[in-house]
Amino acid sequence: MHATDTLAEADRLMTVCNSCRYCEGLCAVFPAMELRRDFADGDLNYLANLCHSCGACYSDCQFSPPHEFNVNVPLVLAQARTDSYAAYAWPPAFSGLFARNGLAISIIAALSVAVFIAGFIGWADPKVLYTAQTGPGAFYRVMPHNTMALIFGAAFLYAIVAMVMSVRMFWKDIGEPASTLTEGASIWQAVKDASTLRYLDGGGVGCMNEDERPNDNRRLYHHFTFYGFMLCFAATSTATLYHYLLGVEAPYPWYDLPVVLGTLGGIGLLIGPVGLLAAKFRRDPAVMDKQRYGMDVAFLAMLFLTSLTGLLLLVLRETPAMGMLLAVHLGVVFSLFITMPYGKFVHGIYRFLALVRYAKEKRMMEAGELTA
Amino acid sequence: MVDLTKRYDVLVIGGGNAALCAAIAARRAGATVLVLEAATKFYRGGNTRHTRNMRCAHDAATDTLSGPYYEDEFFDDLLRVTGGETNEALAKMMIHESKEMLTWIAEQGVRFQPSLGGTLSLGRTNSFFLGGGRAMLNALYLTAENLGVDVLYEAEVIGMEIENGMFLSARVKRGEGHADVRAGSLVTAAGGFEANKEWLEESWGPAARNFLIRGTPHNRGTILKMLLGAGVDKIGDPTQCHAVAIDARAPQYDGGIITRLDCVVFGIVVNKHCERFYDEGEDVWPKRYAIWGRLVAGQPDQIGYIVFDARSLELFMPSCFPPIKADTIGELAQKLELDPAALEKTVTDFNDHVVPGTFDHTQLDDCRTEGLTPPKSHWARRIEQAPFYAYPVRPGITFTYLGVRVNHQSRMMMADGKPSVNMFAAGEIMAGNVLGRGYAAGIGMTIGSVFGRIAGREAAANARN
Repeated sequence: MHATDTLAEADRLMTVCNSCRYCEGLCAVFPAMELRRDFADGDLNYLANLCHSCGACYSDCQFSPPHEFNVNVPLVLAQARTDSYAAYAWPPAFSGLFARNGLAISIIAALSVAVFIAGFIGWADPKVLYTAQTGPGAFYRVMPHNTMALIFGAAFLYAIVAMVMSVRMFWKDIGEPASTLTEGASIWQAVKDASTLRYLDGGGVGCMNEDERPNDNRRLYHHFTFYGFMLCFAATSTATLYHYLLGVEAPYPWYDLPVVLGTLGGIGLLIGPVGLLAAKFRRDPAVMDKQRYGMDVAFLAMLFLTSLTGLLLLVLRETPAMGMLLAVHLGVVFSLFITMPYGKFVHGIYRFLALVRYAKEKRMMEAGELTA
Repeated sequence: MVDLTKRYDVLVIGGGNAALCAAIAARRAGATVLVLEAATKFYRGGNTRHTRNMRCAHDAATDTLSGPYYEDEFFDDLLRVTGGETNEALAKMMIHESKEMLTWIAEQGVRFQPSLGGTLSLGRTNSFFLGGGRAMLNALYLTAENLGVDVLYEAEVIGMEIENGMFLSARVKRGEGHADVRAGSLVTAAGGFEANKEWLEESWGPAARNFLIRGTPHNRGTILKMLLGAGVDKIGDPTQCHAVAIDARAPQYDGGIITRLDCVVFGIVVNKHCERFYDEGEDVWPKRYAIWGRLVAGQPDQIGYIVFDARSLELFMPSCFPPIKADTIGELAQKLELDPAALEKTVTDFNDHVVPGTFDHTQLDDCRTEGLTPPKSHWARRIEQAPFYAYPVRPGITFTYLGVRVNHQSRMMMADGKPSVNMFAAGEIMAGNVLGRGYAAGIGMTIGSVFGRIAGREAAANARN
């Protein structure tokens, strides 16, 4: 019947929920559920990734535990979601990385930092590594720009390829044709829904975290994190353009675009992950998937460390500490890149794609082409 | 911590919609308020937990209501469903007040949404709670607590001191012991007695033992009994309850909405002897669903079986238990532990009497039987396309009608005709004043909110003890 016990339980819950429907106004999951009467694994994986885990349906449910119907949608969909990340991992041999993700990410990050430090010590001129460097090209005296671009370009490319392969599996599994991904209207709706975190608001009052009081600010902290990340990404992209198009070499002055973007993004990436982590520590354990706890913490920690080491590098870049800080920062960023397909990062991709599909279904539903 | 030695202005017994509306209204009027809820925090709110909408009059469409629902139309609907068994003046007052309720209840934090999937017929008249009844309760409790209303859970009232229609104190069970709570006035919003099987047996006999209770196990009518014993006048038919046919596999209590079955009109319903006993297609389902509990209650062992074929499977809202499925009627009978020959005969008989027609489940169509007793007047199609399906059904009790008589202030009336000094009632415990029989979707919540708010306001103004 179902590939896992979790999916079998998700099927049971969706059958219960489909005969109640009181939660249909809270988010996208329940209207999407209403379009179906039977739930295959692909349907459940779609619904699981559509769920933003706001917790409202748990607080609002008359059948949540201790009721004997034991309806706990946020927990079971969270478990199904984590399982789906592993199921779609590419290459499949690496799916085990999701099993003890916190440990795996920690080891990879530590190794990566160690390799960069060792590499710097081995290859860089000690006179450059341990002394203050200033002016254009300061970083590249420690590590040649082309080497840096090659290593990070390769790591990034690998992450992209692995995630594209995973996405193909997900899309096939949920049974959606590839052509949906070329529908401008669905994509644009999903961009709006994802960028505003439309469904992380408990149906309008905020998420439930500790109890039934909607007093959670996870959406705010997620915005700090997401937009912080995007600003940092924009900073790196502009810097690349500066380098190759304008021929201007880093480090750039503090008022220059790459630094401004990076600093703002970096601040977001300090505040956001801390806020999300604090919310996680306070959250009602009843709706938390303990299995993915390590994965969540590892990803938040990696983002935080990326930002922290980057900002330290900015502040101390004209001191002799720059060399070692650069090694640490690049080590962290490198491990962030190569672990992207094997950690919490993928949640954004699957959820965005689930939103694309939902946008299409919603449009068809409203046009009367799909009925519950 | 709640201090039970303190004297409160208003004591509210009960923890559902009516109780919370009363508590909030009393607190907003300046009174100190204590709410005693017999259930645990999770199960707080009685049958409100299982509700999803309320029926309020309104003169224009809103964001969530598709059109106007004038007071007159509401009143006509009430007269129709009750067959006139209503206190007309009180009903008109309630309907008038219900208009303001839409904004008042929203001000207490309750949020609405357009009508729920599968209930589009109510989109104009009924306001649906976003997230359902428990979401509504959560909002009301949050508002009450923020206003400074004290709430005590697992606080069952086991006795009351009432003298000449004046409330003095209530005895509350606390763990092994008890405490006496004094208050200036009393609001009872503690529901009916549908969860009290012994009480139901008084009217229904041993058949009541096979009834399933759709909501809270706490509505045992203990408060109602105390009030009637203390000389409060009663209202409503003591023998009647709202009963629908629900899935026989539902739990004894609290199965709620997900155990309901909307497929009677698509098949036939037989008893344990495989005999049909009522016209399954008499009228559209929303007008007939509430008679089937009583019909099944009248059958041997209070059980029935809805039997239909593959063509009908997806025509109705899904329910939480899967239908029992078989390739032949005989096999279906075996799975239901019925006599295969008898069920085959009933189905064949039925099929032989179905006359050709054009099936249309959205209206009263011309698919019917001819020369069959009882007939099936609409949506009669031969049961012939495998696989065949069945749901076992039992009477599911929603609420009872017996309650305390109240006046326009929601003030209890004593049997001698005098108004009580300081006792008020709201919700199911006094619903019989306006809803003597029958039911219209969402009206229970209207009664709870409107009379709850009035009771709270009046109780605050009459904290005489």
